[in-house]
Amino acid sequence: MNTLQMCLVLSGLLFGIGLAAALARSSAILVLMGVELMLNAANLNFIAFWRFGPAPEAGTGVLFVLFAIAVAAAEAAVGLALVIALYRHQKSIRLQEATRLKG
Amino acid sequence: MNLTLLLLGLVILASSAMALSLRNIVRSVLLLVLSWFGIAAFYLWAGAEFAAFAQALVYGGAVSMVVLFAVLLTGRSHSDAEVPPPPKGRLVWALVAGGAAAGIIAATAIRTPFAAATNGVPSLPVRDLGLLLMGPQLAALLVTGALLTAALLGAVVIAAGTKDDKEGAP
Repeated sequence: MNTLQMCLVLSGLLFGIGLAAALARSSAILVLMGVELMLNAANLNFIAFWRFGPAPEAGTGVLFVLFAIAVAAAEAAVGLALVIALYRHQKSIRLQEATRLKG
Repeated sequence: MNLTLLLLGLVILASSAMALSLRNIVRSVLLLVLSWFGIAAFYLWAGAEFAAFAQALVYGGAVSMVVLFAVLLTGRSHSDAEVPPPPKGRLVWALVAGGAAAGIIAATAIRTPFAAATNGVPSLPVRDLGLLLMGPQLAALLVTGALLTAALLGAVVIAAGTKDDKEGAP
């Protein structure tokens, strides 16, 4: 197993942890954190392929990671605003109780 | 060099797995911050300094603060920070799904014959990165700026709520 494969295995394990958390936990904040971990796992892949790829001077991996970080920050802001709106309506952030679209 | 990677991987995986299995949500978030800094260290190890600093600033600085504020704003009492553990059936199936995804990805990565890396640690100076962002990637940069502005305004509108909310009802 060479170094690139180790990086890919690491990112696969991180993705698995994030997926399990997003499916298992019932707190909306922890589900969002699971999604963030999955995004980070994808970013690890971009950097790993950039680092060990044939043309690192093109910089595509780093650029993609920068844009992905920006999108993830926007996602976190909107997601947590939704969590606060959810809490205001039903005084709880348990996703099992979020069964109505209109508050 | 591989030892560094192993240590980094251990820190990242252990802290994120612990974070997402703990019951206390504040401790989870603090452990996740450790995991994000571990990922930033991975970027540094790989030679992507600018991405590492962006990761540390955005995740370690901004996202962690937003998450902690959300935790504080949605907790009515001290006991609200404790999340009850998920029911057993859901936990088992979630672990099966996560394990299957991780297993498939890891098996594919190990079985695929990648060419061994011949070059050393690549370096991409910030100057080159800036030229790329302001040249070929300018459209993407502008779209990202517009997206961030729209997300900021949307988050404020959603979190501020309407007048009816403030006046009463449930």
